[in-house]
Amino acid sequence: MKKIEAIIKPFKLEEVKAALSGINITGMTIMEVRGFGRQKGHTEIYRGAEYNIDFVPKIMIQIIVEEEKAAQVVEIIERTARTGTIGDGKIFVLPVEEAVRIRTGERDRDAL
Amino acid sequence: MINPGDTGFMLVSAALVMLMTPGLAFFYGGMVRSKNVLGTIMQSFIVIALVTIIWVLYGYSLSFGPDVGHFIGGLQWLGLKGVGLEPNKDYAETIPHMAFMIYQAMFAIITPALITGAIAERMKFKAFLAFIVLWSTFVYAPIAHWVWGVGGWIRNLGALDFAGGTVVHISSGIAALAAALVMGKRRGFRKEPMTPHNLPLTILGAGILWFGWFGFNAGSALTAGALSTNAFVVTHIAAATAALVWTIVEWMHRGKPTTLGTASGSVAGLVAITPTSGFVSPMAAILIGIGAGIFCYWAIVLKWKLGYDDSLDVVGVHGVGGTWGALATGLFAQKAINPSGANGLFFGNPSLLGAQAIAVLATIAYSFLVTLIILKVISALFGLRVAEDEEETGLDLSQHSETGYAFFDRT
Repeated sequence: MKKIEAIIKPFKLEEVKAALSGINITGMTIMEVRGFGRQKGHTEIYRGAEYNIDFVPKIMIQIIVEEEKAAQVVEIIERTARTGTIGDGKIFVLPVEEAVRIRTGERDRDAL
Repeated sequence: MINPGDTGFMLVSAALVMLMTPGLAFFYGGMVRSKNVLGTIMQSFIVIALVTIIWVLYGYSLSFGPDVGHFIGGLQWLGLKGVGLEPNKDYAETIPHMAFMIYQAMFAIITPALITGAIAERMKFKAFLAFIVLWSTFVYAPIAHWVWGVGGWIRNLGALDFAGGTVVHISSGIAALAAALVMGKRRGFRKEPMTPHNLPLTILGAGILWFGWFGFNAGSALTAGALSTNAFVVTHIAAATAALVWTIVEWMHRGKPTTLGTASGSVAGLVAITPTSGFVSPMAAILIGIGAGIFCYWAIVLKWKLGYDDSLDVVGVHGVGGTWGALATGLFAQKAINPSGANGLFFGNPSLLGAQAIAVLATIAYSFLVTLIILKVISALFGLRVAEDEEETGLDLSQHSETGYAFFDRT
């Protein structure tokens, strides 16, 4: 099993979710996160004073899939979340040791 | 003789001014970081309760009671003794004395609440309560007596203050400067961003302030009629003008028109028109609003150069706006609008400007000095600031064991 962590622009979430539904990805967890990479932050102005806000709001999607499906998921996220401008985000793929469905006690593949 | 129209108008005005303090709580509450939202709102809200009790026990007597040496009111009206349902001819002939007293109570409440913007996010609650008691007693009451009390020395001088430019705005704005200097900066000031956490709350607060201000200024006529109408209209015009001007100035200076700027501009305009709303024409109100938008904006920019942490800009808005309004009274006042007022410089009477300047300087000097002494005394007794770790945690948890926003709703 693989865990796919994708950090994307928040407004791309619906598009990515719809595309993943198309290949039968039936569950995901999302988080509102903040961070920065090459995009850096932005400037805010309050009463004539400028503040540099380093951390930009992003959405992190977490999906656990069977090994053989991981490449396809990555490819779909990469394609649908891309705008071509700086700050589109990153995708990480990690190995997963174990999965449990709490209600039934099913393990691993059956639990996904 | 009691006039039902005037009495009804004054009771409604008192209620309008009362609402300004919760409005101020929102105005300030939105500008602090989320961990301090309740602590900041509390500083305004508790003042409503605390100052009301001070006012009826002795504050009203010290402010408006029979004159003692042109400096302070006597103790004859302690516990509202003699403050009854018959009019007091010295202050308002057509409403019960009690109505005048409760209307004035609302001014005594909002004035110390205004100062809380300068000490935001770092004051110990116990020290804060002590500060409010001492400040209401030793700063507000004397200045209110000088300016509005029968026999008060500034009133005798002929200086005009229709609704509280000196008594409310300069006194609180300068106390804010003293407080920001004595309290010192917030931890991390200018090293980490301390941006407003909920500007919609702030703008709601500004709207409530604007609304309540009609009671503040029009109500200061103490009658329902021509004079209150003039005050109502010029108040609205000055607020609108200053909101526009501040927005334009910030747009030119920083490249963007901000909502906080528009809201701040409206408050600056309301402050500036306060002392002069019963004496000036609508076109003068536009000029006063223009001045408020420009002067208050640049005063706040200057704060960053001077380096003191007047966190929510009480000095820039109330100190500077109040001073401009008090001096503008000396320029634009005319007897044609209010026969019991005076003509200003532009209407052939330069002496009024002199009286206004004396009133401004006396208020600045007295409020600054006495606020400084009060804070030093409290500092020696309890300490003024919360501990470092409490400041990091925020006032909400450290002072009140609450949080403004639940991370998880406990379903």
